Amino acid sequence: MVKTNKRKISVENLDFYYGETQALFDVSIQIPDKQVTALIGPSGCGKSTFLRMFNRMNDIIDGTRHTGRAKIDGIDIYKNDTNVVELRKKVGMVFQKSNPFPKSIYENVAYGPKIHGIKDSAKLDELVEKSLIGSALWDEVKDRLHKNALALSGGQQQRLCIARALAVEPQILLMDEPASALDPKSTARIEDLIGELRKDYTIVIVTHNMQQAARVSDKTAFFYEGRLVEFGGTQNVFTNPENQQTEDYVTGRFG
Amino acid sequence: MNTWKEKAIKILLVGGASTSILVVFLIFLFLGKEALPFISEPGLGTLLESRWVPVSFQREIFGILPLITGSVVVTLFATVLLIPFGVLGAIYIAEIATPGERGFLKPFIEILAGIPSVVIGFFGLIILSPIIKTMFNLNTGLTALTGAVLLALMAIPTVISISEDAIRSVPKSYKEASLALGAGQLQTIFRIVVPAALPGIIAAIMLGMGRVIGETMAVLMVTGNAAKITFDPVDSVRTMTATIAAEMGEVAFGSKHYQALFWVGIVLLAVTFCLNVIAQKVLKKYQMR
Repeated sequence: MVKTNKRKISVENLDFYYGETQALFDVSIQIPDKQVTALIGPSGCGKSTFLRMFNRMNDIIDGTRHTGRAKIDGIDIYKNDTNVVELRKKVGMVFQKSNPFPKSIYENVAYGPKIHGIKDSAKLDELVEKSLIGSALWDEVKDRLHKNALALSGGQQQRLCIARALAVEPQILLMDEPASALDPKSTARIEDLIGELRKDYTIVIVTHNMQQAARVSDKTAFFYEGRLVEFGGTQNVFTNPENQQTEDYVTGRFG
Repeated sequence: MNTWKEKAIKILLVGGASTSILVVFLIFLFLGKEALPFISEPGLGTLLESRWVPVSFQREIFGILPLITGSVVVTLFATVLLIPFGVLGAIYIAEIATPGERGFLKPFIEILAGIPSVVIGFFGLIILSPIIKTMFNLNTGLTALTGAVLLALMAIPTVISISEDAIRSVPKSYKEASLALGAGQLQTIFRIVVPAALPGIIAAIMLGMGRVIGETMAVLMVTGNAAKITFDPVDSVRTMTATIAAEMGEVAFGSKHYQALFWVGIVLLAVTFCLNVIAQKVLKKYQMR
């Protein structure tokens, strides 16, 4: 597969603080367009915090601040005149625990387009179908679109959340351990889906599961204690890491 | 040994749970027993007359319709005030207020809930009723509206605190999902959080209405106690509760008047019972979706 290696997200010298506690130290990274980048590392290493920088979800936590720069398509997303709504449209997010709204399947997917002003029901129908096909859920739910989403299985709920994120037509998908609460079969489906989605989206995925990182990602970034220890092609990071800490972690010696 | 203990505990629990059922049942029985003779003499039709004249040298009339309309008018207007102030207040405190504002607002609302109703009635009599009198250019400020405002004041803390609990118990993950899709704070509140909390909010409103219908002292003091059929909020009315409270102390035991008051009590009980049933139905319907 030909990869352009065009950079989509770039971060320069990022420090991040929860109150007085520093969570990220001088992180710089270039995340390529239309590839899957996995963020790995032990719990509390700052990888989820780092992920939430890109759609400014850390903004909703009181007392957080950062220094350094985070850019998407070369534009600083923390500038004063940044439109956070537009940013979050462009950067979708899937959470660790599937969190569909207590509404129908259809309403869950249509929610994003609706709040962004799409009222035409034909257009909404089309977006809902497209998004559900995109998240490989359409065949399972097309006959019960107006049933409550909470009646779906855990794996289906997570794919619904992916469809919901796709419905606002983002360019980047952030996934925060999207399969950690799922059984192996559902996990495999999500991983297959990520393989499909990488054709059209830039995906950044946080995962605890190193096999998963190895299976789904093109690039891997290893975080440890708030620092980016190593970043490179997944193949290299797993088989021939440059750093001793990385090697210890990926071979299961700690973490 | 173990099974014996478990049995004892079970009996204790069943007893505790059924006591309240028994008490409710006994209240129904007691009300029915005292009210029963009224059916044969002077007959239930009397209750449907349009005037309440329980003490008279010519003919006593026990029409409870004016009392029912009195309660309805007061409750209706109190609810109209209750919903916006109670629900919007709860939304503000739960979702928008800073921790500092919340720390300031909550104790005040709790103080409002703790004010004895006779004190609120006093406030209504001295402060509110003259205001309403001049505002609407009336002969007297003792009106249904005066009562409704006081009752809303008394019930708002209930509505706020129960609605706030309901709103705060909406999972944070719903909010995060909505914000991550690019929704604003108000969009998230009104499209996700409030609908998710709606059963709790409706229950809060119903409980507030229950408090309003059952409240006695404040309405006795400020609604003017004129038993007439009217739906005009700035007219004097007399509610069912106020009638029972005012007249029960002076009525001759076992008289027709005494029995008629029990019928008023039965109607009141039936209304609150219906309100509860409706609330339950609404709750169920939303839980099913």
